[in-house]
Formats: sequence, structure tokens, C-alpha cells
Amino acid sequence: MSASSDVGYHAQRQARWHYGEVAFWLVVLACGFAFPTRYLIMTDILRLALFAMSLDLILGYAGIVSLGHAAFFGVGAYAAGLLALHGIINEPVLALIAAGLAAMVLGFATSFLVIRGVDLTRLMVTLGIALLLEALAERFSNITGGTDGLQGIEMQPIFGEIPVDMFGKTGFFYSLAVLFLLFLFARRVVHSPFGLSLRAIKNNPLRAAAIGIPVNRRLIAIYTLAAFYAGIAGALFTQTTAIASLDVFAFERSADLMLVLVIGGTGYLYGGLVGAVIFRMLQEVFSTITPQYWQFWIGLVLVVIVLVGRQRLHRWVLYVPNLVIKQVAGRKAVVAVPESDA
Amino acid sequence: MTSILTNLFDGVAYGMLLFVLACGLAVTLGLMNFVNLAHGAFAMAGGYVCMVLVNRMGWPFFAALPLAFVSSAAIGIVLERMLYRHLYARSHLDQVLFTIGLTFMSVAAVDYIQGSSRVFINLPAALQGQFDVFGVGIGRYRLMIIVICGLLTIGLQMVLAKTRFGSRLRAAVDDPRAASGLGINVPQVFAFTFAFGCGLAGLGGALSAEILGLDPYFPLKFMIYFLIVVTVGGSSSITGPFLASLLLGIGDVAGKYYVPKMGPFVIYTMMIVILIWRPNGLFGRTAAR
Repeated sequence: MSASSDVGYHAQRQARWHYGEVAFWLVVLACGFAFPTRYLIMTDILRLALFAMSLDLILGYAGIVSLGHAAFFGVGAYAAGLLALHGIINEPVLALIAAGLAAMVLGFATSFLVIRGVDLTRLMVTLGIALLLEALAERFSNITGGTDGLQGIEMQPIFGEIPVDMFGKTGFFYSLAVLFLLFLFARRVVHSPFGLSLRAIKNNPLRAAAIGIPVNRRLIAIYTLAAFYAGIAGALFTQTTAIASLDVFAFERSADLMLVLVIGGTGYLYGGLVGAVIFRMLQEVFSTITPQYWQFWIGLVLVVIVLVGRQRLHRWVLYVPNLVIKQVAGRKAVVAVPESDA
Repeated sequence: MTSILTNLFDGVAYGMLLFVLACGLAVTLGLMNFVNLAHGAFAMAGGYVCMVLVNRMGWPFFAALPLAFVSSAAIGIVLERMLYRHLYARSHLDQVLFTIGLTFMSVAAVDYIQGSSRVFINLPAALQGQFDVFGVGIGRYRLMIIVICGLLTIGLQMVLAKTRFGSRLRAAVDDPRAASGLGINVPQVFAFTFAFGCGLAGLGGALSAEILGLDPYFPLKFMIYFLIVVTVGGSSSITGPFLASLLLGIGDVAGKYYVPKMGPFVIYTMMIVILIWRPNGLFGRTAAR
């Protein structure tokens, strides 16, 4: 077998749906029916998962470290809020797409700033953009509502058919559908030749450029796509919670997002989803123990994760599943997180 | 005219303060290439130590300042030896995550111990109020800041340029391998420098309680300012960050005075433009690596 067909074979094998993935989504769907009293927090988790998936696209696949991903989340949130509040687009799905596109435009515009320079410059520029937007939102308080935020946003029936109930059931399934569709698309993207070229860029930009990959154009494309995803997550936030306030731009939101992704692991798309569940649970536990000081424990989790080492931690977690697979199926372990240092 | 001069004076004081706060970061981030987002936490520690000593235990302000320096430096060296040194070789993402974690912990811990409201340090009467020089209002406290920070800057420049330790530090930064081959104890030099930078941050934190405001969110609020100083200033010498701090201080004070509605907008835009224009900072180059 020649080398190139070998690569193609492995890429195709990786791209195929595994039983585990199908099971994962079935479990998520089942949760929707199993815990009818928990719709609000589950919707919250789905939103966070989508947001984390968006960061995973640039961090896990393209290796761009961003400290200001909340910028796109915020733009999406405000766009959806303003569209609904002024009755410009009443249908939620259309408003969602419009909000995503608004964030996407910003992502495209700022991607030129981000692809310049090294890690440190990127950190600063992304952080700066988020802070800039927060300052802008505060400045133009006649449009954004300032520190009070946008209030009284009502979600119209989806497609003009499905009304929104007050228990958040519709909101949950709506968010789940959005998440799943966007996941399918992201999965398609990262397993395409385009996605593979991104990984090449992440591993070694110079070498990628040498074999003819247009590095900057690829980075711009994925950054713009990630901005779209983040904008959709922000719009979902506004639509399901009915408010949009200044804290959508907050630095803590970007920082928490990194924690989510780090818990779940980067570079395999499910990281954001798993991470969101674990993060929210941790947050719940910590805030029941110490309502005011849960941030301390979140910080401690971050420090411990880094000190132990992300790769080692994931190996430990996957030790038992891998052992079981080895015994039962009699083959080499298949559950593995393709982790590499971003 | 006089208002311009007064603003200029305030801006210079503010900038000098920022320099003392951030110059430790210039070494860790600019020279050692370690992204330390928790730098503000050391400044906050110094500020709170000073506050407790002066307000609760009745120490004189000028006696509490050195102790703010010492305590922050002590915390710095303990953390460096225990935690930071394991992360020098790790990726930037790991460093960012780790230091964000530390920042969150420090914010919550100080909130727990001292409460979340802003604290003030009782200043001696000699430092309060202002006097006029040819119609220009000069705040006594700000004048003191300019004097202290100016002396510190000159001292730092002398140490870096003239002393044996300074040349060892520069060698260790330029090429750690060659430096250790020449018998320089590189980890020790780094640890000492890190601790000294933390100490300066602590001193800056104590001095800044009056001007910047001191509360548990200090590390998060001013993180971006410290980063701006270092990235805009570059790191080839101490002059770069110094000029960047002055620029930032004067720009921020003037911006708040003349276009109050724009808020921090001016600063962030300036930073982004400068970084796009010169990714390695206005003055000089980044470290060789």
C-alpha cells in the first residue's frame, strides 16, 4: 500500500461514525426525556457545549490560543436580543442565523489581526477585542441597555409553529437540535481535507506552508467559522434566557470556556461537550458548598489540571474503559483522546 | 494650560506606578517567555499587606511599604520554586490556564479573608492634599510616587547594566544553555528575578491603593494594563516598558479627562493598532526564542 493511500485509509476510518458516538447522542437525547425538571440547567450545558466546540475548532484544530472568544458570543447574544426586541426578525431560527452571521462578519474582520504575530500577540489582540466590545456596549447604552442589559426579550414560536413553554422544554430540544446540526457540520469540516490541512498547520505552520497549504487563508476560514459558532451560542443564550447583559463579553466567560475545553480535551470535538457537562456539575457542587467563593475551587481545578498534565490526566480517565475494551474485544485500545499541545 | 500640565503630571505619576507594577512582568513574560497572567495577584497581595499593617496594626505608612515588597517577594519565591518552574518549558496554553487558575484563586481568597469592598490605606497627613507650583496643582502623594518610582527605575537600570548580576541575567535570558555552560546558575537567577519582580509588584500594589483602587478584583481589572505595558514596550531593555508605561499612563489620564465618554476605548484601540503595526512591541525586539 502506498503512503498516500495509507493516509487516506486512516483518515476515512477516523471519519466514520463509531458506535460510541451514536450512543453518546442517544444518551443526550434520552436525558431530555429522563429529567423533565432539569431543562434549564441542561439547556445551559448545551449552550456551553456549543460555545466550547467553537473554541475547539480554533484551539484544538488550528492551535490559536484565544483569550477573548466571548467577543463573538457577546455579539451573537446582542444581535439576537436586538433583532427580537425591535421585531426585525421574529422567527427564532432566522434570528439565530442572522446573529451567527453578525458574529461571523466580526470574526472575519478580526481574523486578519489574529493571524499576525505569535501566541502572545494573539492572546493580547483577542483579549483586547473582547474588552473593546465590552467598552463599546457600555458606551452605547442607548442601544444595548448599558449595565442593565436588554430585557423583556420574548421568543416567538419556532418556525411560527412550535410555541415556547415556560418550563424550558422547547428551549432544550431547540438548543439540542441546533447543537446537533452544527456538530454534524463541524464533524464534516474537521474530517475533510480542509480539516486535515488545519492539523498540519497546527503541528508545524512552516512545513505546512512548504507543502503548499495556504496557511493564512485556512486560519482565516476556520476563525471565521468558529466566530459563527460562537455567535450562534450567544444567540441561543439570549433566546433561552431572555436577557443579554454586559457580562456576555466578560473575561471570565472566555476563561471559563478554556477550562471547559481543557477538562474535556481538545481536538476531537466531543471535548467541549463532555467538558461542559463536567464543568457545570463542578460549578454546581462548588456553589452549593460555598456560594460566594466557588471561583476559588474552579481556579484550583485549573491549576491542578495543568500541574498534573492534561495528557496524563486523560490517560488516567481512559485507563479503565481501555482496559475493558482490551479484555472484551481483544484488540488494542480504541478510546483515546488525540491530544497535542496547542 | 495649567490643567494640561496637571493632567500631564497625574499621567506621569500613573505611568510610573504602572511601570513599577508591570516591570516584573516584563522580565517573566518578555525575557523568560512565560505568560504570567497572575502578576496582578502579587501586586494585590502587597497592597493588602500594607493595608493590614497600616490600618489594623498602626504601622507608619513608610515602614509598611518595604514589608509589602518583602511579603510579595516571599510569596513569589515560594510559588516559583513550588509551581512556576515546572511550567517554564510548557506550552503557552498551559501557562495561560495555570496563571488564570491562580488569579481566580487569589481573587476568591482575598474576597474571603478581607471582603469584597474597596479598601483604603490611611495615609499620613504629610502626603495628603496638593500644593501649587506656578498655578499647576501638584498632588503630594503623586509627587512621592514619581520620586520613589523614578529612583527605582534608575536603580533597576543600573543593576541591569552595571552589576555582575545584571549581566548574568541578560546572559541567562539570551541563551540559557550557553549561560549554564559558563557556570551561571540559571534557575537561581530566574528565581531571584521572579521574586524581585513580584516584590516590585507588591510595592506597586501598596502605592496604587490610593490611585487605582484596591479590591479583590484588582488582578483581573489591571491584567490588561500590565500586559499592554509589556507587549507594547517590548523587552529588549527596561527603557521600552518604561516609555510604554508613561505613554499608557498619560494616554489613559488624558483620555478620561478630555473624552470621558469613550472610557477605556482609547487605550484598547491604541494597543491593538500598535500590536498590528509592530507585533514585537514599539521598542526593540522580543527574546531570541
